[in-house]
Amino acid sequence: MNQTATYNDKVVRQFAVMTVVWGIVGMLVGVFIAAQLIWPEMSLNISWLSYGRLRPLHTNAVIFAFGGCALFATSYYAVQRTCHARLFSDKLAAFTFWGWQAVIVGAAITLPMGFTMGREYAELIWPLAILVALVWVAYAVVFFGTIVKRQVKHIYVANWFYGSFILTVAVLHIVNNLAIPTSLTHSYPIYSGTVDAMVQWWYGHNAVGFFLTAGFLGMMYYFVPKQAGRPVYSYRLSIVHFWSLIAIYMWAGPHHLHYTALPDWVQSLGMVFSLILLAPSWGGMINGIMTLSGAWHKLRTDPILRFMIVALSFYGMSTFEGPMMSIKTVNALSHYTDWTIGHVHSGALGWVAMISIGALYVLFPKVLGLQAMYSTRLIEWHFWTSTIGTVLYIVAMWISGVMQGLMWRTFNDDGTLTYTFIEVLKLTEPFYLLRLMGGMIFLSGMFIMAYNLYRTWQTAPSKVAAVPVIQPAHA
Amino acid sequence: MSHFWHFYVAGITLIFIGVMVWLFISTGKAKVTTGQNKQGEETTGHVWDEDLAELNNPMPRWWLWLFYLSVIFALAYLVLYPGLGRYQGMLGWTSSEQYQEEMAYANEVFEARFAELASQPLDVLAMNAEAIQVGRNLFAHNCSTCHGSDARGATGYPNLTDDHWIWGESVDQIWHTIYFGRQAVMPGFSSSLSDQDVTRVATYVQQLAGLDVDATMAAQGKKQFDVICAACHGTNGLGNPMLGAPNLTRGVYTYGGSLDDIRYTITQGRNGVMPAQRELLGETRAKLVTAYILSMKPQFEQNEALSHE
Repeated sequence: MNQTATYNDKVVRQFAVMTVVWGIVGMLVGVFIAAQLIWPEMSLNISWLSYGRLRPLHTNAVIFAFGGCALFATSYYAVQRTCHARLFSDKLAAFTFWGWQAVIVGAAITLPMGFTMGREYAELIWPLAILVALVWVAYAVVFFGTIVKRQVKHIYVANWFYGSFILTVAVLHIVNNLAIPTSLTHSYPIYSGTVDAMVQWWYGHNAVGFFLTAGFLGMMYYFVPKQAGRPVYSYRLSIVHFWSLIAIYMWAGPHHLHYTALPDWVQSLGMVFSLILLAPSWGGMINGIMTLSGAWHKLRTDPILRFMIVALSFYGMSTFEGPMMSIKTVNALSHYTDWTIGHVHSGALGWVAMISIGALYVLFPKVLGLQAMYSTRLIEWHFWTSTIGTVLYIVAMWISGVMQGLMWRTFNDDGTLTYTFIEVLKLTEPFYLLRLMGGMIFLSGMFIMAYNLYRTWQTAPSKVAAVPVIQPAHA
Repeated sequence: MSHFWHFYVAGITLIFIGVMVWLFISTGKAKVTTGQNKQGEETTGHVWDEDLAELNNPMPRWWLWLFYLSVIFALAYLVLYPGLGRYQGMLGWTSSEQYQEEMAYANEVFEARFAELASQPLDVLAMNAEAIQVGRNLFAHNCSTCHGSDARGATGYPNLTDDHWIWGESVDQIWHTIYFGRQAVMPGFSSSLSDQDVTRVATYVQQLAGLDVDATMAAQGKKQFDVICAACHGTNGLGNPMLGAPNLTRGVYTYGGSLDDIRYTITQGRNGVMPAQRELLGETRAKLVTAYILSMKPQFEQNEALSHE
């Protein structure tokens, strides 16, 4: 191996900066549509500002643009350092960056125009879906190519998770998007009826499981031990929870289709495997939190580590909540209510966003040739806005969700429903306001981050020296 | 489900659970080559990126039990409920049967409580507080979608709280409207009336309702009206409840009373449908809803009298 080889941090830097940009854009859209639920006239009767078109833009922007860029940035950063090798191909890596940005811009144009496949979290029309597939294959080649080049025999645990995330998302994306185009912007799925719904939620749930869980667990397994300066708590635990997590997630999709035309036996299997999934999910939380044993005192002074530990706590909480909500009798109450929205955001804001933010604060100075971010105090502020914003959001949605569920199922003696839809909606309004406040507080933290990053960048050397590849400890 | 798929589903489910349990047990027992780090902790001996390492701690016992308990629950559930292919489970539960049973029970309770009440004549029922309350509930969940939760209607859907009845205001007529439904077809006259004629007729229609309009235009419109429109709406514009042709002298409109609205109605026609509740609500419930609708009439008349005083 060439002694003067360096890491490719350019692509990491690009993805990391775009994570902040898309985070602000995606959350801004989220705040806007949250406000629309209280003041519907905010759409100004402009079709592309209507809730139905902006909601998929919000979900795509935060999951695939914000979350996706965070995963690209951290996986490229971590795989090079844990393999002690430069990325397999600089050109392909650059293609993944520009290709992914093209997908995002394409989504930001087509979704407000109303072009959609109508599949939740897979709304992008087929030409964009094909571009996603191409970028993803290139991503897989770069990632696994780097794994092949590694100078250490053992593959670090973060790379198992990143690897399974990349492979599975490729399979999920391709299978769920199989469609017959009828025009440049329209296509029909090859599945129909209940099968179509099942394919969609097999995709939908595993997008949560692999994109939003396994990928970010990979991030956690690199950045938490790094920042804590402690070894991963248990090697065995990582093996068991890795294999059981990725295997069992595959079965859990039907819990999105309880009490529908999906056959009873499929619903049952979806429910029991969601319950079995609890322990494997918690394995990641335990391994992350216990890694801090012997380093707890660092939480007092290090807001980055606090981001990570709070992220793991939210991860543990929402992976407990998920299996509970998959139980049919609980689901009968929770489904179609705001509880689901609260559950999703405790995972999305509490876990996905907070672990990403923590990782980015570690990564930014490193790829800018600096020792630390411009201001630790601003990170502290960001930590509190994120935490308070998330808590406000999910508490508001819990209360309104349970209230909606209970009111919708209350009957009069004559068999009619006690409350009409509009009556329930009126009582939901204050909680929509609380949710909006939570979202705005969380978003304000993202602006603090952008400012901190801007000031940090100003202190960086105009030409960042490439970081040489570190030789493995036992090589 | 065929034999093959039955055994495929049941087999793969049980084998998969078995493999998962094996993963937990075997990994717990597996021997790992270990080393020691500077702090003297037992590690796996691998180091990445200068300082990343792994400890060889056992898996937490409570966590293992959490997993085993979830497996035991899952297996018990699959014994009791459908899940393993065609096997229906010991309880023989199906979601469709649960639905049928709950609906049958609810109907039984409803009929037992309200059938006797609903057997009273509608005009008596319209003064029964309990019947009105139940009717109001039924209205809120079935009729308000079109007629509004306050029954005041919307464009295209008549207001049910006033004294303007397109299909007649007698108890029998209202019952007929609700139970058997109505379809009010107003044909479009774009082929037989010129654009200017349409405006003239529309102006006359407004005059019929007492609006102060261009008298020349209205007079010209009347000629066309008497030839074409009077067939249903009558020469004096009083309408015909047998056909659902509205009275045009009241100034109450289902589809709007502006000149443009009336012009649109004349050129394009309208097709108003009230769905029959015979199949949707059934007789008992339809009667209670009718009672609620009828109960609003005295209230309206009282309000009218007050406003004229």
